[in-house]
Amino acid sequence: MPNYETVIGLEIHAELATHSKLFCNCDAGFGGEVNTHTCPICTGMPGVLPVANLRAIEYTIRAGLAMNCQIATYSKFDRKNYFYPDLPKGYQISQYDHPLCYDGYVDFELEEQAKRVRINRIHLEEDAGKLVHGDVTGDKNYSYVDFNRSSVPLLEIVSEPDIRTPEEAIAYWRAVKEILEYIEVSDCNMEEGSFRCDANISLRPTGTDPLGIRTELKNKNSFQHVLAALKYEENRQTRILDDGGQVKQSTLLYDVETGRTSPMRSKEEAHDYRYFPEPDLVPFEVDPEEVKRLETELPELPSTIRQRFVEEYELPSYDAEFLTATRYIATFFDQAARSSGNPKACSNWIMGDLSALLNSAGQTIEDCQITAGHISQLVEIIQDGTISGKIAKDVIADCFNSGKMPTQVVQDKGLAQISDTSELEVIIDQVLGRNPKSVADIQDGKMKAIGFLVGQVMKETRGKANPQLVNQILRQKLQD
Amino acid sequence: MPLCTQTVHQLHAQLKNREITSTQIVASVFDRIKQVDDKIGGYLTLTEESAFEAAAAVDQRFERGEDLAKLAGIPVAIKDVICTHGIRTTCGSKILSNFVPPYDATVMKKLKSQGAITIGKTNMDEFAMGSSTENSAFQPTRNPWNLETIPGGSSGGSAAVVSADAAILSLGSDTGGSIRQPAALCGNVGMKPTYGRISRFGLIAFASSLDQIGPFTKDVEDCAIALNALCGHDIMDSTSAQVDVPNFEQSLVNDLQGLKIGLPSEYFVEGIDPEVETAVHQAIAKLEELGATIHNISMPHTEYAIATYYIIAPAEASANLARYDGVRFGYRSEEAEDLTSMYKQSRSQGFGEEVKRRIMLGTYSLSSGYYDAYYLKAQQVRTLIKQDFDQAFETVDLIVTPTSPTPAFKLGDRTADPLQMYLSDIFTAPSSLAGMPGISIPCGLTKNRLPIGLQILAPPFEEGKLLQAAYTFEQNTDHHLHRPEL
Repeated sequence: MPNYETVIGLEIHAELATHSKLFCNCDAGFGGEVNTHTCPICTGMPGVLPVANLRAIEYTIRAGLAMNCQIATYSKFDRKNYFYPDLPKGYQISQYDHPLCYDGYVDFELEEQAKRVRINRIHLEEDAGKLVHGDVTGDKNYSYVDFNRSSVPLLEIVSEPDIRTPEEAIAYWRAVKEILEYIEVSDCNMEEGSFRCDANISLRPTGTDPLGIRTELKNKNSFQHVLAALKYEENRQTRILDDGGQVKQSTLLYDVETGRTSPMRSKEEAHDYRYFPEPDLVPFEVDPEEVKRLETELPELPSTIRQRFVEEYELPSYDAEFLTATRYIATFFDQAARSSGNPKACSNWIMGDLSALLNSAGQTIEDCQITAGHISQLVEIIQDGTISGKIAKDVIADCFNSGKMPTQVVQDKGLAQISDTSELEVIIDQVLGRNPKSVADIQDGKMKAIGFLVGQVMKETRGKANPQLVNQILRQKLQD
Repeated sequence: MPLCTQTVHQLHAQLKNREITSTQIVASVFDRIKQVDDKIGGYLTLTEESAFEAAAAVDQRFERGEDLAKLAGIPVAIKDVICTHGIRTTCGSKILSNFVPPYDATVMKKLKSQGAITIGKTNMDEFAMGSSTENSAFQPTRNPWNLETIPGGSSGGSAAVVSADAAILSLGSDTGGSIRQPAALCGNVGMKPTYGRISRFGLIAFASSLDQIGPFTKDVEDCAIALNALCGHDIMDSTSAQVDVPNFEQSLVNDLQGLKIGLPSEYFVEGIDPEVETAVHQAIAKLEELGATIHNISMPHTEYAIATYYIIAPAEASANLARYDGVRFGYRSEEAEDLTSMYKQSRSQGFGEEVKRRIMLGTYSLSSGYYDAYYLKAQQVRTLIKQDFDQAFETVDLIVTPTSPTPAFKLGDRTADPLQMYLSDIFTAPSSLAGMPGISIPCGLTKNRLPIGLQILAPPFEEGKLLQAAYTFEQNTDHHLHRPEL
C-alpha cells in the first residue's frame, strides 16, 4: 500500500462589516425583521441598477494587503449566472478574471511549527438571501425567502492547495479569521453565518506531483465540523484508493449527527455559470496612491504583535497567544503594559482575575468597565506598596463592578497599606505583648512561629499592613 | 387647431400666457385617445384620473403665476418598459402582466419635477425585442398612417400615439434602433442619445450595454426640450456619463454652413426600398443646398453589425431576464409542483417566442466552450465598429443614412422570418453598438403615403449637432407637417 499525501484547499467567505450593502444603501447588519433590510435593488426588481459600495472595495484591498496580496490596478465585476430562489437577479455579481487581490500568503503557527499557505485570489461579491422552510414557519407547503442578507458584501478568499492536514486547514482558517478581525473588515461571526468556508480535499501518493481527484465540502461555519469532515474524507478516500478504486469528483454534505459525508450533487450536474462582464458596472482602476495609504493605515497584525510581546515584553508564548486573541485585547494589554512598565504583572491580572470576573459575569473584555488604565494603575499601586497583592484582588473586583479607578477604591474603602513604621511598631508591640508563648518559641529557635505573629499583625490591621515591613520590624524586635 | 395636435413649444406658449389650461390639453388628448386608440392599440394602460389630478395641480401653479418648465402640464406617454411608481409596468410581457413597480425610474422623477403629465403606458415588443411591436403579449399596435401596417418597434406604441396625436410626446427606449426605426415608420422625430446621456435607472433592462431612453416628438424643437428635461448624470446609474449637459434649445439654429456630412457607402446598398433611397438622396441634396458639404466615407465593419448585435444583446438579455422566475413578482405557473418545474413552467408560459429565442441564443453564446468564439469575438468586432465611427468623425461632423431600409411593412409579413425582421435594424444597430447618438426625422412619404425617415448620427455627446442639422432641415422642408388621416 502506498502512503498518501493529503492536499487541501479552502475557499473562505467572509461578510464585510460595511454599514450598507454592496450595491444599494440598505443596512448590511445581521438580523432585523425578515425582509426589512431590503429595497428594489437588493430584491432584484425589474429596472434597478447596482452602484458599487466604495467602502467594500476598500475593505477588500485592506484584506488583500493584510494577506500579502498583489492589488489589481484594473478590476471589474462579472455576472455569475444560476437560478436559485435566494438569488433575486438570477445572477450573482462577483469577480471572475480580474479579482481585486491575488498572489498573497498567510503565515501562521501550528504546534510551534511555522506554516505558510499561499492565497490564489481574494475577490468581492454579493451574498445571497436566505431560504426559510416549513420547519421554521410551520407551513409545509411553502418556502419563503428573507432578502435581508441579499447583496451584503462578501469576500471570497481562495487558497492554493498548500494545506497538508485537516488540523492545518483549521489553523489556516483561524489565522485568516484573526487577520480579518484585526483589520476590522469583518466580524467573522460564525453563528450568524458571516464567516464560512468550502473545503476541497484530495489524496496523492506521497512524493508525486499531480493532484488527485478531489471532493468538496460546502459552506461550513464551524471549525469542529470542518475538521471532522476533512478527517472523515481523508479516511474515506484512503480506503477507496487502497481498494484500487477512484474517488468520484463531487460536492459532499457532512452530516453532523452521523459524522459521515454524502454526495450533494455530482459533477454531471455541475453548473456552467456563464460568467460575463457586468455591463451595469463600469470596470475601474485602483489608484496605487490609495493602496499605499491603505497599507500605511493597516494595523499591526496578530502574528507580528505576538512576536513583539514575546521579544519586547519577554512574555511566555502562552501569554502572548492569549493576549492577541482579538485586536481589542491586544491593544488593551499593550496600553496597560506600556504605562505600568510591568508587562508580566499586567498579563497575570488580565489572564487571571479579570478573566475570572468576566467569566462569572458572562461579559467580554470589550463591554466590561475595566480599561487598560485600571490594570496599569492596579499594577502600579501594588508595585509602590500602596496595597498588597491580596488587597488588589478585592480592588479589581470592586473596579469591575463599579467602574471606579483602583486608587479611588483604595481611598473610599481605606485600603491603603500601612507602611508607616511607627504606626506598625505600636501594633507589633501589642501583638508581642499578647503572645508571650510565640515570642518564647522564636527565641528558642522555632522560627516558624514568626509567621503566626505576622498573621496576627495582618489581622489587627485588616490586611493593610505592609507584610514585608511587618516581617522586618518583627525580626528586629525579636532579635533585640 | 385641436390642442392634441400641437407641439410642446406651441402649448407651452399658450399655457404661459394662460390662454389655455393643462386640463384642457389633457382633455383634448384623452378625447383623441378615445377616438383613435381602438384602431391603433398604442396604449396598454391609461392613467386618466391621475392625469387630470396632476393637470389641475399644474394649472393652479400657472394661475399663481409660477414660471414653470416647458414640459409642465404637457401630456406624456411612457413606453411600458419604464418603471412608473404605482402604475402597472408590463414590458409587453405576460410575465409582468401584474407588475406594479414600487418606485419611479429616474426619468419619471425628472418628468414629474418638470410638471409633465403621465397619461399612460404604451405598447411595445415584449422586453423591447422586436422591430414591429407584433411581439407584444397583449396586442399589436397599428401604424396610424395605414392600419394594415406595423408602426415599427420595439417602441411602436410610443411612436404611433405621437403620430396619431394621442400624446404630445412620448418616451421610448432604443437598444438597436427601437426609437429611430418606429419614429421613421410613423413619421415623427425620434432621438437615441449617446449611451450614458440619460439614466437607465428604472428602465427594464434588455441589453444593458446598449439600452438608452429617448423621446418621440412632433418636431425637432420639442426633441430639444425633452432632452433638456431628461439628460444628466445619475448616481443611481454607474454607466450614466458625468458629462455636462448643454441647453439643447440653443442648438436650434437654422444654419448648416460648412458642416461636413459623411455618407457611408455601406449604408447605401442593394436591398433598400427604392422610394426610401430616393427620399434620402433628396434629403441629402437639400442638406447640401443648405450649406453642408457631402463626403463619401467608408465604414468597413458595418456588415458585421447585425451579427454582432445579435450575439451581445441576447447574451446580456439572457442574464437580465433571469430574474423573472416567478419567485417575487410577475407570473407564476399554477401547475408547478416543485422548484424546477416552477422555473420551467413560469418562464415557458410567461415569455413569448421571440424572448425565448433570444434567451436561448444568449445562453448559448455565453456557454463554456462557446464564449470565446461568440461573445468575446462579438465584443472585439464591436470595438472595430466603434473605430469605424471614430475614424469617420475625424473627417466629418455628422453621418447621414436612411433610418430603415423599408417603410412600414404589413402586419404578419415578417413574423415567420426572424432574420428578415432583424434586418430592420441594419442601419441603426451599428451606432447603438458604438454608443453614438442618432436621430430620425421625417424626410418624405412613399406614394402610398407611408413615412420615410432620415437618420443623422453624431459623435458621442454631440446631440446638439444632431439637433442643429435636424432643425435646419426641418425649417426648410415641410415633411414634418404631414399628418396621418385617421
